[in-house]
Amino acid sequence: MREALPLLLAFGLAAGPATAAELAPGRAAELERLVLQDCGSCHGLTLKGGLGSDLRPESLAGKPVETLTAIVLDGVPGTPMPPWRPLLSEEEARWIANYLLNGGVR
Amino acid sequence: MIRLTAALCLVSALLPWAAQADTLRATGDLGVVVERASGSLLVVDQSDRAAIGRVEGLGDLSHASVVFSPDERYAYVFGRDGGLSKVDILTQSLAARVLQSGNAIGGAISDDGRLVAVSNYEPGGVRVFDAATLDMVADIPTGSKTIGLVDAPGRRFVFTLWDAGETWIADFSGGEAATTPPAITRVEGIGRNPYDALITADGRRYIAGLFGEDGLTALDLWQQPPVPRRILAGYGRGEDPLPVYKMPHLEGWALAGERFVLPAVGRHEVLWIDSRSLKEVGRTKVHGQPVFAVARPDGQQVWVNFAHPLNDTVEVIDTPSGEVIHRLTPGPAVLHMEFTPRGHEVWVSVRDAGRIDIYDTRSFEKLGEVAAESPSGIFFTARAHRTGL
Repeated sequence: MREALPLLLAFGLAAGPATAAELAPGRAAELERLVLQDCGSCHGLTLKGGLGSDLRPESLAGKPVETLTAIVLDGVPGTPMPPWRPLLSEEEARWIANYLLNGGVR
Repeated sequence: MIRLTAALCLVSALLPWAAQADTLRATGDLGVVVERASGSLLVVDQSDRAAIGRVEGLGDLSHASVVFSPDERYAYVFGRDGGLSKVDILTQSLAARVLQSGNAIGGAISDDGRLVAVSNYEPGGVRVFDAATLDMVADIPTGSKTIGLVDAPGRRFVFTLWDAGETWIADFSGGEAATTPPAITRVEGIGRNPYDALITADGRRYIAGLFGEDGLTALDLWQQPPVPRRILAGYGRGEDPLPVYKMPHLEGWALAGERFVLPAVGRHEVLWIDSRSLKEVGRTKVHGQPVFAVARPDGQQVWVNFAHPLNDTVEVIDTPSGEVIHRLTPGPAVLHMEFTPRGHEVWVSVRDAGRIDIYDTRSFEKLGEVAAESPSGIFFTARAHRTGL
């Protein structure tokens, strides 16, 4: 996932202490699987939405990474979006937010 | 798959089509497995405990489900991307495919096998297709995401509106679907955010689970019109519900003797309901948040799988006592379980291990494995003859 670093900088994330590089080895691959498979249960494997909203980069364009990170961590009360804080660290949630904004790292 | 005997070969040689016995195959012990990541369907043989083929090109199959034609030859696959595919199990090929919406969530086939209905998130509503050609014969806009679509006796489909909290009954018994619009019965007051529904095997009761409030809503489809009845009101989501990382499913409903089993939402419990009074008669504490709670066909056991992150485990509950009598850990991400029609074996999909495990349901001995690409739903052809499946 080192390829993500230039993009992180492009998104002006140098301020945050966490970068993709800080994830434990192998963790990025696990998170990618989580996004595609487990998030995909509601948002679709292609992330174009379902019961959950459309998470493709063109749909998320303009959303601040901090906003998305907060949604991953704390969910959206009143909707089926659950808080992932019990399962993910802030760094991991931010990695997922960036992954979505960038359309993954292909 | 039991091969025909040589004696039959002699008989078949006299028939005009002169089929050779060893080229014939029946589909009664076959099934299909959804391979969600690769958009393919694995064709499996229950008796051989093996895969016999694969059909590819079915699109986004996350959350895909399958129903069968009455002759058990065709599998209709409802994909997440709105794709409706008709797969020929015998030739293991795609017989027809339409992209009928932007985003679909499931489907059903009418009791006469002539109509296939799909429920849509985007643009919402239900669309109905000719089962032979996949030509659209009816479009039922609802202005809402639709969930819990099932077939009901009398050429009817029943489905529920996530946003509006209504259940609609679309009756196609009036004539040719292409020229005669269905008679629609709208039942209001189902509740907040119904997320899934089931219909009992006799086609009488339709029960919708609610995400937005504590409880479920039952309809008696023998009533004209059905009157919603809230059941298990306040069963406990209000007391500190857990985050729900995967919505439970009700379509694998379990009638175990005279009781239903339902997965609770946001709790590590399954709920037992008396099938006549619809009152809660007990609970069983389980390993995690249940996703499927499915009864072995004889009703003596209920097998339960769980939501992420506790989804490497399956528990077996003994119906008479309500106790967990066995725990299996097949591997990472157990998504679905399907019993052989008489219940002697169960197939379990282990998504992240890339395989299906087959167990004896009495000894719990593992009998075999079948390799599959990120397998999710397992569907055996016997479903062709059951209402609501």
